[in-house]
Amino acid sequence: MQFGIFTVSDITQDPTNGRTPTEAERLKAVLTIAQKAEEVGLDVFALGEHHNPPFFSSSPTTTLAWIAARTEKLHLSTSTTLITTNDPVKIAEDYAMLQHLAEGRVDLMMGRGNTGPVYPWFGQDIRNGIELAVENYALLRRLWTEDVVDWQGKYRTPLQGFTSTPRPLDGVPPFVWHGSIRSPQIAEQAAYYGDGFFHNHIFWPKEHTQKMVEFYRRRYEHYGHGAADQAVVGLGGQVFMRKNSQDAVAEFRPYFDNAPVYGHGPSLEDFSRETPLTVGSPQQVIERTLGFRDYVGDYQRQLFLIDHAGLPLKTVLEQLDILGEEVVPVLRREFAALKPAHVPDAPTHASRVAAAGGAKDATVHAGGDEVTGRTAEAAAR
Amino acid sequence: MSTRTLAVVSAGLGVPSSTRLLADRLTAATVDALRERGVTATVEVVELRQHARDLADNLLTGFPDEALRGAVDTVVGADGLIAVTPIFSASYSGLFKTFFDVLDKDALTGKPVLLGATAGTARHSLALEHAMRPLFAYLRATVAPTAVFAASEDWAGGDAGTPALTGRVRRAAGELADLVAARPPTAPADPFADPTTSFEDLLRGNGG
Repeated sequence: MQFGIFTVSDITQDPTNGRTPTEAERLKAVLTIAQKAEEVGLDVFALGEHHNPPFFSSSPTTTLAWIAARTEKLHLSTSTTLITTNDPVKIAEDYAMLQHLAEGRVDLMMGRGNTGPVYPWFGQDIRNGIELAVENYALLRRLWTEDVVDWQGKYRTPLQGFTSTPRPLDGVPPFVWHGSIRSPQIAEQAAYYGDGFFHNHIFWPKEHTQKMVEFYRRRYEHYGHGAADQAVVGLGGQVFMRKNSQDAVAEFRPYFDNAPVYGHGPSLEDFSRETPLTVGSPQQVIERTLGFRDYVGDYQRQLFLIDHAGLPLKTVLEQLDILGEEVVPVLRREFAALKPAHVPDAPTHASRVAAAGGAKDATVHAGGDEVTGRTAEAAAR
Repeated sequence: MSTRTLAVVSAGLGVPSSTRLLADRLTAATVDALRERGVTATVEVVELRQHARDLADNLLTGFPDEALRGAVDTVVGADGLIAVTPIFSASYSGLFKTFFDVLDKDALTGKPVLLGATAGTARHSLALEHAMRPLFAYLRATVAPTAVFAASEDWAGGDAGTPALTGRVRRAAGELADLVAARPPTAPADPFADPTTSFEDLLRGNGG
């Protein structure tokens, strides 16, 4: 099982001192957090994509490429990549580039984005969100699996004889997760392709996550990719830890009370009861997290949100130390002991290359014109 | 004898509340009217006052907490709804509106609804028609033609109510009972049932 962290890249005022980091400070903090994630033994770092303040992460592959160059083992992912408002051609190119630079340590998570005003900035309309996710992803897959693509659809200009470069590393595209909080259509999409399904598992009660995952597993089996319990499931989660649980609650409360989304609403205690949020001792986090398995089954990836709502970098790094030293080693051991042999691990580049029968170079060399034998470059001279 | 469920939403704030009092009158008359039509009704009352904070939280978090979830499920799953609010500033109360704001927009489609309202004077009575009825029209509920308004003067005659109020209550209850008895019992849609549209259809751009 993989363990990691995901960030939404929010730039939020620290409510305890009134200080708001600059973009430069927050961006560098996230780079530090990602490197620290590898240092403490986590497996995954996932970065969000947003195109409006208070977020900085408009260009995730730039950031992830920097992190790839500074790490050795860390898997890099997204939380999420906007499959609705990005051109699927650009996603195919950007993430194949990143896959080469990171030597395969890349997967990505598709999301629709729930901010209405963002869509028109990219020429789209939020009311077409599901249709965009379906059409764009179908094209993205073809761009990664077919060398030359002719394509026509509803939401972008047609393609004639287009080759997306670079071709996927070793001829195997990055693994894809589909993230959705509440749309069964997206769980259906993940099941149809045999891709992974990720539930944010932060904002809603566990009963809702359970229904979404059950639906995805049932449909994964329906489409013939394997048994329901072999479907690839990832969960989010939100934790804040101190040695003594009372200290954790006291320290986290002002950040919770003023957090974007749910701040100024339910109490920390209410929200902890209603959602998977766990604020307390490392042991409490271990017990709660092990309990996730009771309602989603054996799953492949657990990501924690630990750096939002204005928490200072120093605190986030302390949280990573606790995760790496006290929490994840226990979770790794306990989850592994419970997992039956026929349930797969999270797919990696290595496992996918092996499943494809080994690595093959997928380069498409610029060929000459079939009639004249001349290349475009030669014709231009 | 068939059975149906009635949900009663009362947005009264005081204890005792004239809004709840009107809701109880409407409920008792509807149960009687259903019995006359061979239908046994079970009644569940949702007092919104008890969910005031839950409703504010739901606006921010996007989901109902456990207590509010029970109330929402009661209303969404009922075969008929009696909705009663005090009139504040020429319209339904904010608490009343918030409850219907957090329901799924399709949750009340086709559901038989009886509207009631209370206020200090009869000058507020048309709020039922110019504010409440459009709200339920938007939600595509099936609203009984008679909506019942009760002002202080209607209660002044004592608990038995004035003959005029009693008559309106009886007429409205009969209309709701007709609507409820005529419909099969409610079976809420399950969003996690196997999809009726195949994914291939979605891919071809149909049914999305």
